[in-house]
Amino acid sequence: MPAYSSALRSDDPPLLTAWSEATPQRGYVLATRLYPWFGWAAAVLCSLGLFVGLILAPTDPHQHEHYRIAFIHTPALWLSVVIYVATAVTAGYGLARRQRFLSMLASALAPTGAMFAFLALWTGSLWGKPIWGTWWVWEARLTAELLVLFLFLGYVALQEAIDDARRADRASGLLALVGAFGLPLLYFSVFRWSAMYGTAPHGLAAPGNLVVTAGLLLMGLGLFAYTVAATLARLRNVILKRERNSEWVARNFGARS
Amino acid sequence: MNWSGWSEFWSMGGDGLYIWNAYLVTVVVILTEIGVIALTRRSILEHLGRYAKIALKERKPRNEDSRF
Repeated sequence: MPAYSSALRSDDPPLLTAWSEATPQRGYVLATRLYPWFGWAAAVLCSLGLFVGLILAPTDPHQHEHYRIAFIHTPALWLSVVIYVATAVTAGYGLARRQRFLSMLASALAPTGAMFAFLALWTGSLWGKPIWGTWWVWEARLTAELLVLFLFLGYVALQEAIDDARRADRASGLLALVGAFGLPLLYFSVFRWSAMYGTAPHGLAAPGNLVVTAGLLLMGLGLFAYTVAATLARLRNVILKRERNSEWVARNFGARS
Repeated sequence: MNWSGWSEFWSMGGDGLYIWNAYLVTVVVILTEIGVIALTRRSILEHLGRYAKIALKERKPRNEDSRF
């Protein structure tokens, strides 16, 4: 276990500081301290959420047991959009202010976002088949979510394909910003096309059952905590890789190889 | 509690294949992501030594300890 705490000297400014002062070194130390807490929170909240959702939550009068896919589908869909906004904002701000750390944060967010976009589509498909009778329709909401997945994959692919980190950040950041204009489309298409579903998709309270709502909330919070943990853990990798030539990485990790 | 037994729980009122598919794929994808992050970290740490030599050689030696 590398002595990460030594990466921060005692005469350095405080850890929690303005974004404009966020350096990769400080970010690394903070991420290392925080990610286990979010990991444990995710494990506890998701365990509770699964127990409530699969064991305690009652059978739905219309969809019977099938609605239980919602305990994954809803948080995954929500998180894919939240992570997309976070990626676009951090990447855009990182580009505008030339803050390398924010660009690193954006590239640490994107793969988890891609994962949740994929899960939202996959579980949505499994939900749709018995209810609508089809795995997939080219409808605005589904198409928009597919677009979110492709934007995430494009972001990750650009990051991987371009060796020069600054050029990679510029290309992928631009893609994220362009895609961000498509996000309102995703949001409003839900209401505009709601006739196809009979009703607009329900909010958290809509199932009208307190236990179901509690399960959805627990899974949502749990997977959100997981997102933070995975992003911070990946951020450490991104920072070490990009800062490999810097003195603080050399001093703290060089001898450990 | 809605379930009278394990078999009823696993069959999920006939929807078991869809529901367990969704949950299983989610678990597999999440575990894969955790594994990829851990493996990436290991491979990065293995390669850092080479860069460290270059990085430290390029700079003047410091008086203070590295506090390592």
